[in-house]
Amino acid sequence: MNTQRALYRERFAKAIIYILLIALAISIIVPLFWVFSASIKENSEFYGNPWSLPKGLHWQNYRDAIRKARLGEYFFNSVFVTALSLTLLIAVAVPCAYVLARFNFKGRKIVNLLFMAGLFVNVNYIVVPIFLMLLGWNDIAWEILGRGIFLDNLVVLSVVYASTNLPFTIYLLSNYFRTLSRSFEEAAYIDGASHFKTMLHVMVPMAKPSIITVILFNFLAFWNEYIIALTLMPGPRKTLPVGLVNLNQAQRAAADYGPLYTGLVIVMLPVLILYIMTQKRLTQGMTIGGIKE
Amino acid sequence: MKQKGSKIFVYSCIAPALLLFAVFMIYPTISVFRMSLYEWGGLSARRTFVGLKNFKVLLDDRFFLRSFQNTVLIITLVTIITLSIAIIFAYILIRERIKGENFFRVVFYIPNILSIAVIAAVFSAIYAPDQGLINGLGRLLNPDTWVNIQFLGNPRLVVYSVIGAMVWQAIGYYMVMYMASMGSIPTHLYEAAQIEGANRVRQFVDITLPLIWETVRTTLVFFIISSINISFLLVNVLTGGGPNGASEVFLSYLYRQAYNNASYGYGMAIGVVVFLFSFALAGLVSLVTKRDVVQY
Repeated sequence: MNTQRALYRERFAKAIIYILLIALAISIIVPLFWVFSASIKENSEFYGNPWSLPKGLHWQNYRDAIRKARLGEYFFNSVFVTALSLTLLIAVAVPCAYVLARFNFKGRKIVNLLFMAGLFVNVNYIVVPIFLMLLGWNDIAWEILGRGIFLDNLVVLSVVYASTNLPFTIYLLSNYFRTLSRSFEEAAYIDGASHFKTMLHVMVPMAKPSIITVILFNFLAFWNEYIIALTLMPGPRKTLPVGLVNLNQAQRAAADYGPLYTGLVIVMLPVLILYIMTQKRLTQGMTIGGIKE
Repeated sequence: MKQKGSKIFVYSCIAPALLLFAVFMIYPTISVFRMSLYEWGGLSARRTFVGLKNFKVLLDDRFFLRSFQNTVLIITLVTIITLSIAIIFAYILIRERIKGENFFRVVFYIPNILSIAVIAAVFSAIYAPDQGLINGLGRLLNPDTWVNIQFLGNPRLVVYSVIGAMVWQAIGYYMVMYMASMGSIPTHLYEAAQIEGANRVRQFVDITLPLIWETVRTTLVFFIISSINISFLLVNVLTGGGPNGASEVFLSYLYRQAYNNASYGYGMAIGVVVFLFSFALAGLVSLVTKRDVVQY
């Protein structure tokens, strides 16, 4: 009798648990699925109930979003900025992290301290001073070149992206370098390899797992970034997230909804695919680094 | 390590990173503090040193006080709601044998990888009056009596709508954090408790919570810092601070003053206050939640 009751209670608890899990999963999947389905709806369908399924495949939205709303162009801007900032960041951060982890030199403590302090400076606070600084550089450029080159510049945007993500990247990488055994380097030195060669051919390959984690996180950060791109690119050239927000406002005003959701799909899809492919590494890496925007 | 050419190698490895860091992070950070002491309006180069005047003006600024209230409300509610949901789900996924455990873990984390621009667009679709998902569902269930809820148009409701989006975005991230921490608790502790007859809730309160307390404390600091930042991005895109300043938060007000209104000095004074506020609050929370570390 007693075990019977315990069994019922156990079943009841399990049912509640599943209901909770499924409810949360639905709250995430349904809106995202809805975006995909809305992206192939015709405009007239948006005036009915939003829960109705699309009547057909209205691919015209994609053509409109890519050409008319220029999302195709923004897409390539985003690809360019993300690739360039990642390259810059890795090229600059890896040697610095390695040296900070391995060498004793004058000023090492202060450099370490500076980068650690940098972890606490969020870019949202300093985006306006960065904008003003670039504006000032533009004035100088006007006098010399006759035009401003520091704003509306995808390369400058990439440099800012890479720079503002240095503290976190260096922190993660140098922590990893510290865990590697010194015997590999010593062997390389005995073989007569230079510092540079040792770093590039011995240590960097060994640090590959942490470098990949760092690339993943920074890829997401750069691809998704909104506020710096908005501030430093006031002209017509935009990255995808900024283009998307503009489209959101414009299409809502014009009551032309289809291309908006197409735009959402275009921004979301690469990230979702990457995530599904790498989710294990991503969630593991996160708990090591303790990262939060 | 002593070897020829060490010095050159070391400094040429450090120099590029340090240079970029100095130009794009250290200098702008110092600028925030310096500029907060100046009156600097518009694109003209004219700056006047006004000392602490910006801060005095700030104290009487109705909109700033509104943004202060909103930010505190957001930090409190987002922390409480997200923390409880994330911890419960982490506990369920770690302790229970769930079919499709991996599926749930993967799905719950998805919002965390999406751009804030995407999240804002998704939530403006969810919250919209006529074509919105929630109002649409309401009309589907109650066709005759349903009155549209103005999630973003009602000044009393708009902050809670922002909070809803923030919780949705954050649950998965914190859940994964707590799962990692709970995963390292040895199972024999739970087995012993089971033999003693402790139920799920009891085990959670007496075993899990004390043993992950340090992680919870760390995440509390994350909650404060990230609530300030994410609420800014979200408000900026989703509501623009409106209607009429009702959803303004700290940094969105800073941004509007500095970038749109060109009152740079005033904007930076807000930045200084927010910076100090977040540090003080993080310190306070970390002090209040300090317990003797329980080990196993």
